[in-house]
Amino acid sequence: MTTYLLKRIVAAIVVMWAVATLVFFMLRAVPGDPLQAMLFDIGDPHAADVLRHKYGLDKPVYVQYGLWMWNVVHGDLGASIYGSRVPVTQIISEALPRTMSLALLAFVIAMAIAVPAGIISAVRKNSPLDHGFTFLAFLGLSMPDFWLGIVLIIVFAVHLRWLPAIGYAPLSDGFIPWFRHLILPATAIGTAFSAILARMIRSSMLEVMKMDFITVARSKGLVEDRVVLKHAFRNALIPVVTVVGIAFALLMAGAVVVENVFAIKGLGRVLIQGILNRDYPVVQGAILVVSAIFVATNLVVDVLYTFIDPRIRLR
Amino acid sequence: MADPVPLRPTAVQAVPTRRKRARWLKLLLADRRALISLVALVVLVGAAALAPYVSPADPTSMEFGMMSPPSWAHPFGTDDLGRDLLSRVIYGARISLFVGIVTVASSMLLGVIMGVLAGYYGGWLDTIIMRYIDLQWAFPNFIIAVYLVAVFGTGLSNVIIAVALAFLDDFARIARGMVLTIRERDYVEAARALGASDVRLMLRHILPNSMAPLIVQATVSVSYAILAEAGLSFLGLGVKASTPTWGLILSDARSFISRAWWLGIFPGVAIMVTVLSINFFGDYLRDVFDVRETSVEGEGA
Repeated sequence: MTTYLLKRIVAAIVVMWAVATLVFFMLRAVPGDPLQAMLFDIGDPHAADVLRHKYGLDKPVYVQYGLWMWNVVHGDLGASIYGSRVPVTQIISEALPRTMSLALLAFVIAMAIAVPAGIISAVRKNSPLDHGFTFLAFLGLSMPDFWLGIVLIIVFAVHLRWLPAIGYAPLSDGFIPWFRHLILPATAIGTAFSAILARMIRSSMLEVMKMDFITVARSKGLVEDRVVLKHAFRNALIPVVTVVGIAFALLMAGAVVVENVFAIKGLGRVLIQGILNRDYPVVQGAILVVSAIFVATNLVVDVLYTFIDPRIRLR
Repeated sequence: MADPVPLRPTAVQAVPTRRKRARWLKLLLADRRALISLVALVVLVGAAALAPYVSPADPTSMEFGMMSPPSWAHPFGTDDLGRDLLSRVIYGARISLFVGIVTVASSMLLGVIMGVLAGYYGGWLDTIIMRYIDLQWAFPNFIIAVYLVAVFGTGLSNVIIAVALAFLDDFARIARGMVLTIRERDYVEAARALGASDVRLMLRHILPNSMAPLIVQATVSVSYAILAEAGLSFLGLGVKASTPTWGLILSDARSFISRAWWLGIFPGVAIMVTVLSINFFGDYLRDVFDVRETSVEGEGA
């Protein structure tokens, strides 16, 4: 177990190093100079040289790379090239709780939709209800999350005026404002994932319901509800755990777009604004943090899975 | 390795052509969803191809009333600059379908070349290619596309390159997995014994027999590529403003949805109908080719 864990951790670190290195060199290999964009209005060629020297951009690339890596390992991601040069770590640490809140709530919503839908579909296999859920699942997967966000704003914010259309309130302002701001974007993100999850639960339930211990449970005279919920559902959840990693990936990818619909200054908005402004330190930092979240989630899910199902360990 | 049991019967066994043709037709007629999707896709492709003839107005002309709600003259209404929304959505179909098909075609070509080389030659080539594919595999395709746009910059051609590269890992994995299972089959062995070259073996014997899962994957990928392009355009990372694309129309609509709901609804419906039809059709193709989702993992060797 320890060797397995160590191997996985080393692999995760290597992946992160590879991402960091690729991002660093690719951003520099591409034509276009952020300083040029910055100084476009000033029109003084010397100003660019001065700034280039100040930010160390006149050093050889491998020196820049070494310095950057050294700083990253020490938790320094540089500073935004705009305005008052806010440190990237500060920008990201302000954005991170917003994205995490959003992803968490989206996950809860997805589960709340998927678990009942999946179980009902499996128990009433091929019934009109099952076909209905199947269709809804396809629909959920085919809707762009950002469009669903717009539709939700039109319905619940513009017409019904029940909820705020945009913005974010931190949890420290109280649960209700936090929840009211996040419920629409979280639903927009969670819907597509609930579709995948419901299909997973359905097929996993069908698989388990065929097994001998279910027949035993029934022949013991257990009530069907109890067989379904206690015996079948619990065991059906095991393969579902693997998709939690995928879940997180999907929810994060969704957050990147949907944050921009609801003007929530989370990681996704930081990343996209950084790209649009060619703010390289911010883009590098955001990509690193987003990637680290993926890699860490994959690691945790893999390790969790070996606890749930020890047969996985030997590989 | 004495008696290779075919893992995916339809992909390997020589089914008589006539029976196979009857099978796809029978499945299509029995599958109402697939039939409706096929009609929807034909209509969409037709409208996109014949956009100048079927759209009621020029998508860039601003001669109509600003933000007028849906009416007989303008079934989808008009936008903030007085342009006909239906015409813009029809022209938008051109870009979406074009990007979807071109990106997936390039993605498949690149991915299959990488996968086949890795699976056929093995060794260090396999290690290098698969290390890269594994790296990409750790992240969702859309995130990879955003990363690549961050590097290449915005614009239609950069979006096409970014999406094509972001989706190639799926194809590479499938192709490699198929090569690994097919490479050792007796008929490939026989062709090799007859002196067939590596290229001939790959192109004539291995590739045609791994087409089924690749075609199914390509169909699914087209729908995801369309969603990815719409997402990137929506974020302002895609085509230049003024080009009518579904994502960009929706992005512009954000400022006006409190007054003009139709701007936020119809382009999204267009995306949804397109993606839904492709997904349903992909599901049907999966039945025709008998490709189970679990068999496309590509976890060979």
